[in-house]
Amino acid sequence: MQQLNSRQCEALKLAIQQGLPLRPQPYLSLAQQLGLSEQAVIDTLQQWQTSGLIKRFGMVVNHHNIGYRANAMVVWDVPEDQVEQVAGQFSANDAVTLCYQRPRMLPHWPYNLFCMIHGRQRDTVLQQIDALVQRHDLQHLPHDVLFSTKQFKQCGGRYADTRIDARYG
Amino acid sequence: MNTLARQLIDRYQKGLPLSPRPYQTMADALGVSEQDVLDTLEELQQQRVITRVGPVFDHAKAGASCLVAMSVPAEELDAVAAQVNTFAGVNHNYAREHHFNLWFVVTARDQNDLQHSIAAIEQAAGYSVMPLPMERSFHIDLGFKIDWEPQPCNN
Repeated sequence: MQQLNSRQCEALKLAIQQGLPLRPQPYLSLAQQLGLSEQAVIDTLQQWQTSGLIKRFGMVVNHHNIGYRANAMVVWDVPEDQVEQVAGQFSANDAVTLCYQRPRMLPHWPYNLFCMIHGRQRDTVLQQIDALVQRHDLQHLPHDVLFSTKQFKQCGGRYADTRIDARYG
Repeated sequence: MNTLARQLIDRYQKGLPLSPRPYQTMADALGVSEQDVLDTLEELQQQRVITRVGPVFDHAKAGASCLVAMSVPAEELDAVAAQVNTFAGVNHNYAREHHFNLWFVVTARDQNDLQHSIAAIEQAAGYSVMPLPMERSFHIDLGFKIDWEPQPCNN
């Protein structure tokens, strides 16, 4: 297969992170735009999925706009030696969509484990959090629930350097 | 939302075909026409039900990213959020109920650019940032199973 050089990889990343064209032959459209072959674009995207650079490839749903208005970021203060176990319990739960460890920022921020729970209503999300606490005996862990009240932006990341595009445009 | 829209969302939050005519492949799987799929995707995009059809990159492998929190007086929140949004690398930005009431994710090509962006955002916004980089990911987002609400009855 045709291996892309790093400049071509960056250009493809930049082009596709805005979304796949909604045209019958989207990979061909991208290829023509970038001066590549259609097969090279398809092979590279396949390779990126295999390597895990692309986590998933498909429709990116805006939960808020399909009625999932209750979006809770639940943050926990978990002793280091329990992080793995607690994170495992969260991850196994259907209600949890993401689970990350982050640094504490004392004294302002004591929480080191984050998980996201999306739901249609605030009440059901709070019940799900309660159920999580009960099921896994997490009553001893300080935690806080940060519901979102407004979505100012949701779009894909911009990892490729736009200046590269401008330079080689 | 019509049945095709729901079927597409249920089935194609991941695994979009890498065939030369992916929308035709999807249409074949669902027993509709390629044009039906394209029209529906276009409509979902216009309604902002989907933000795009495309890849979700692994933050750590694709470049650098960081969750950032900010504490902003309530009456300035909209203006500061808009200011933050002017930076192209900002890809999620939410108001949340907390002393830290603005939460956004900054993405960049590498750590160096990321730090520059965060500093520039802090300066433009006029409030201190609290960066909370991901140290470890325990759960990978593989799409989201939508619990469709029952269709309203006609009678």
